[in-house]
Amino acid sequence: MSDRSFQGYATVEQIDGQGMITVRADLADPKVAAAFKKATGLAVPETGKATEDGMRVLAWMSPDEAMVFCPAADAGTITADLKSALARLHALVVDVSDARAAFTVKGPAAREVLAKLAPFDTSAASFAVGDFRRTRIGQIAGAVYMANDTDIGLVCFRSVGDYAWGILCASATQGSEVFA
Amino acid sequence: MSTRLSNGGRFLNRSRAVKFKFNGKNFAGFEGDTLASALLANDQMLMGRSFKYHRPRGVVASGAEEPNALMNLGAEGRFEPNARATTTEVFNGLVAGSQNHFPSLEFDVGAINAKLSRFLPAGFYYKMFIHPRPLWKHVYEPFIRKSAGLGKAPKAVDADRYEHFYHFCDVMVVGGGVAGLQAALAAGQSGAKVLLVEQTAHWGGRAPVDGVQIEGQPAQDWIDATVATLEGMENVTLRTRTMGAGVYDHGYALGYERVADHTPGDGRPRHRLWRVRVPQIITATGAIERPLSFAGNDIPGVMLASAVRDYVVNHGVAVGDRTVVVTNNDDAYRTAIVLKEAGLDVPAIVDARAKGGDALAIRAQELGIRVLTGKAVAKVKGGKRVTGIALCAQAGGGAVLEELACDAVAMSGGWSPVVHLWSHCGGKLTWDDAAAMFRPDGTRPPLGANGEGMVIAAGAANGHLATGQILHDGHKAGQAAAAATGHAALDTKAPTAFDATENALEPVWLMPQGAGYALRSKAWLDFQNDVKVSDVQLAAQEGFESVEHAKRYTTLGMATDQGKLSNINGLAILSKALNADIPDVGTTTFRPPYHPISMSSLAGEATKDHFQPLRKTPMHAWHDANGAFWEPVGQWRRPYCYKRKGEETAAAVAREVMNTRTNLGLLDASTLGKIIVKGPDAGKFLDMMYTNMMSNLKPGRCRYGLMCSENGFLSDDGVVARIDDDTWLCHTTSGGADRIHAHMEEWLQTEWWDWKVWVVNATEQYAQVAVVGPNARKVLEKLGGMDVSKDALPFMAWADGTLGGIDCRAYRISFSGELSYEIAVPAHQGQAFWDMLMDAGQAFDVMPYGTECLHILRAEKGFIMIGDETDGTVIPQDLGLGWAISKKKDDYLGKRAQERSFMDNPDRWQLVGLQTLDGSVLEDGAYAIADGDNANGQRNTQGRVTSTYHSPTLGHGIAMGLVHNGPNRMGEVIEFTGVERGNKKAKIVSPVFYDPDGEKQNV
Repeated sequence: MSDRSFQGYATVEQIDGQGMITVRADLADPKVAAAFKKATGLAVPETGKATEDGMRVLAWMSPDEAMVFCPAADAGTITADLKSALARLHALVVDVSDARAAFTVKGPAAREVLAKLAPFDTSAASFAVGDFRRTRIGQIAGAVYMANDTDIGLVCFRSVGDYAWGILCASATQGSEVFA
Repeated sequence: MSTRLSNGGRFLNRSRAVKFKFNGKNFAGFEGDTLASALLANDQMLMGRSFKYHRPRGVVASGAEEPNALMNLGAEGRFEPNARATTTEVFNGLVAGSQNHFPSLEFDVGAINAKLSRFLPAGFYYKMFIHPRPLWKHVYEPFIRKSAGLGKAPKAVDADRYEHFYHFCDVMVVGGGVAGLQAALAAGQSGAKVLLVEQTAHWGGRAPVDGVQIEGQPAQDWIDATVATLEGMENVTLRTRTMGAGVYDHGYALGYERVADHTPGDGRPRHRLWRVRVPQIITATGAIERPLSFAGNDIPGVMLASAVRDYVVNHGVAVGDRTVVVTNNDDAYRTAIVLKEAGLDVPAIVDARAKGGDALAIRAQELGIRVLTGKAVAKVKGGKRVTGIALCAQAGGGAVLEELACDAVAMSGGWSPVVHLWSHCGGKLTWDDAAAMFRPDGTRPPLGANGEGMVIAAGAANGHLATGQILHDGHKAGQAAAAATGHAALDTKAPTAFDATENALEPVWLMPQGAGYALRSKAWLDFQNDVKVSDVQLAAQEGFESVEHAKRYTTLGMATDQGKLSNINGLAILSKALNADIPDVGTTTFRPPYHPISMSSLAGEATKDHFQPLRKTPMHAWHDANGAFWEPVGQWRRPYCYKRKGEETAAAVAREVMNTRTNLGLLDASTLGKIIVKGPDAGKFLDMMYTNMMSNLKPGRCRYGLMCSENGFLSDDGVVARIDDDTWLCHTTSGGADRIHAHMEEWLQTEWWDWKVWVVNATEQYAQVAVVGPNARKVLEKLGGMDVSKDALPFMAWADGTLGGIDCRAYRISFSGELSYEIAVPAHQGQAFWDMLMDAGQAFDVMPYGTECLHILRAEKGFIMIGDETDGTVIPQDLGLGWAISKKKDDYLGKRAQERSFMDNPDRWQLVGLQTLDGSVLEDGAYAIADGDNANGQRNTQGRVTSTYHSPTLGHGIAMGLVHNGPNRMGEVIEFTGVERGNKKAKIVSPVFYDPDGEKQNV
């Protein structure tokens, strides 16, 4: 796997070096929130949202699961910090940076490209900047993050990275614009 | 003859000629033509042959309801059968061919069936071919299959792309006629998010053809202005060439967009399937004109009156020079007027009603058209085209009063609202006696999740045929749908329209009313499936009283047009034959899609390379470049073996086995599931999940474990490693990782929700390599970094460390019986680690090996494989795995089931090794035969083969199998079935063929 880029009517990029850490813990527990704050500097996000500081993103996966996105080089340190901050609580911290493939779909048509593959409402009214959503991408599980007005971050399992790349590029191919 | 008029044709761009081929001949049309209009413009009236009698058929309609003009379109990767000429837009280079004829459209051998039609009545096939039974399969069915069918099946790979599009809105309006436009406008103005779809390329529906005035202007002006307004609204999406295909439960609808059917090869997807989530759907789908049932109503040149009018106004095509209009209502007079105003001859309007028409009739007479009232068509004359009609009184039995020469007949039996989408999800219909139509019953709509109606029918689809009412109904529907989604309606009014006053329609289900058998057996109801009035009457007579039974017996409405023209006429005939009222007979069920849609649109992007997701390990590309012969394992692809140049598969497998046993083999084991389980209750949890004890496993050690379903059957297996006091790592089978992860989560979330256990599926975080063989330790020592000696890392232990500078976790486990390590490294370093091992391994004769070698190695050792030795009916005790079932535990999943009398029973088939007397290989799945037959006359069995291979190590066939009382029958010889090479005798032996004491793995 490596960095690659496809220029269609939206741009699809695969990103190498995306650090990811899965944390299982009760996100409603204030002590858990404090531990996140201590280890990542980020507040626990609301349901369906992510918090970020420009470098790191803390995403809501379920009431008892969160995902930290960070530069891959920092993943080891942050994992250790989280483990130590959560040591006295019931929690499981796993570095999963290598378990997933990460993509960005960029451009004004990014939402439209995603709407061909994911069965949820990708319009700005329903999927706003800062929203994070676990969904289905074609036939695979995935998660998407509306990073700003035009960039959608997307992760899926590593083994199906080529499949995700293929269907994202196909959906972004020139000529398949839904709203030209 | 049919011809192009010098003027008119509002859809045409006469400056753009289009060339196409039909049945190999060159034709010309204009941009804006449909294939049907372009063929008619070239006097090609004959467009196909019917299904059963191979009758010559021409186009009947001008839209999606067309039953006759079905075409094979395109070639090779763009070939498509059963396309309607009426919904196919022509383009330069289009290639079309008619269907269901041999040897040619003009001369067809199968037409002999028509001559035999009195011997081929309804139910003929059922009656004729039921006896003698065996002939069905070998004689009748192949023959019928050959003679049946319309288009040819495509053979080449589809050249086009397809895609899905998920769309969410408040209101979806299906149909872009004036009702749909007004509904979209009203809903949009209320602030609702609206999707408006129209199946054709044009907005406005029939209104411009019918010469309607809206707000005092020609309909087209109002349509243009309204479309412009809608296009300017941010909350409204408009889509032409997009058909509302189906309405489904929970506010779900499908739109079928034909993006590039008319521009093939332009790089756009051919079709796009809109998957719409929408709480309110408005069906403004219009109405379809009904044919009249008179003798010869299927002869080319007999068409729906509205279609005749459409071709003149929309395409500048005259279907005939002299067209007789036959009707039971006022609307068809519009056709006569349009024809007359286009300079064509209308010899007569034959109106079955004694009182005739109102304002339009007066206008027709002013134009000099002869209007006959109370009259009917006795029969149409002609073969491959109309030459004239014989007139009679509608009231009589068909005595001919007069004959008229003509080359076209425009018929109208009234209008049927298109209620399909309303009905898809359970919307009910009500019979409107005055209008002789089924219309949506607004008080019984299909219900959404909130128990409220989710579909509103509007306009002609709701049974309104006057423009003013249609606009009013559309407006009301738009406001209601918007209000239902929380958008207050503005105080706006529907536009007004002027409608000519009309006399009431009189239902005419048979023409003439007292037509005798000869006429009835030539009066077609279903053109595509060749069902006549006499067939439906016969079905009723033979007791097929339910409309659903009569439909299947006669095939009425079962063709690709799903009876859009025939259903109402058919059930009216049926009700009359049954002496019942039409509403008591009822309709057949309306099911999606409204009109056939392409299979490819349903597949969307899931074709070719994207047919299904392939899971690839971090070393996938290396395997591919190094001769991997792939095998699917779940959605993974794993190398079955690595073939060298010119090497046979079996030889490659044998080479890999021998090399691993004697030197060094590498297996990509990354696909094994790796599930991390942590928490204060994790030990307790794993003791429940596994049959054996996991809570007492020491950190740093591994244990092989079995998982069963609640029913006691073996479900998965793998090695569990205890990482620290409250953390375990569970290996699962390659195909089982996601399933077992879900299984664990389910028990934690639904049964043991108060247990403190977290589970994470970390399968893909690691690349895992099995380093196997007598040289395994040597190669790891050569990489260096951690102590892999027997003392530091004994059998069934694990340790973290580095190898060759890469952080890793080394498990000392063996699925081969050899000295073996499984090394997990971060996935992104997997390829580098593999390369290092291949490089360092050169000195130790390293070879990669695939799954078949893995299977043989484990089978030689008698290790079971989930999915081979298990099939969902096998418990661990059957497999001699009693040692892996804890006697100390109070409970584990499957324990109670395994205590049932038929489980805890020595009388079960149990695992043994099998060795053929001649050293050959038993067939996979072969049964061990026993004496005598069972109650069904089948040979008794006493066991079956579960795994079977040629063992390169031992030089003979080895197998494992489940045999009745097997372990107590060591040395006994039993016989196994052989489908390909005859039955074989095999001796019952221990399943452990190789190194029974385990000395090789424990070094």
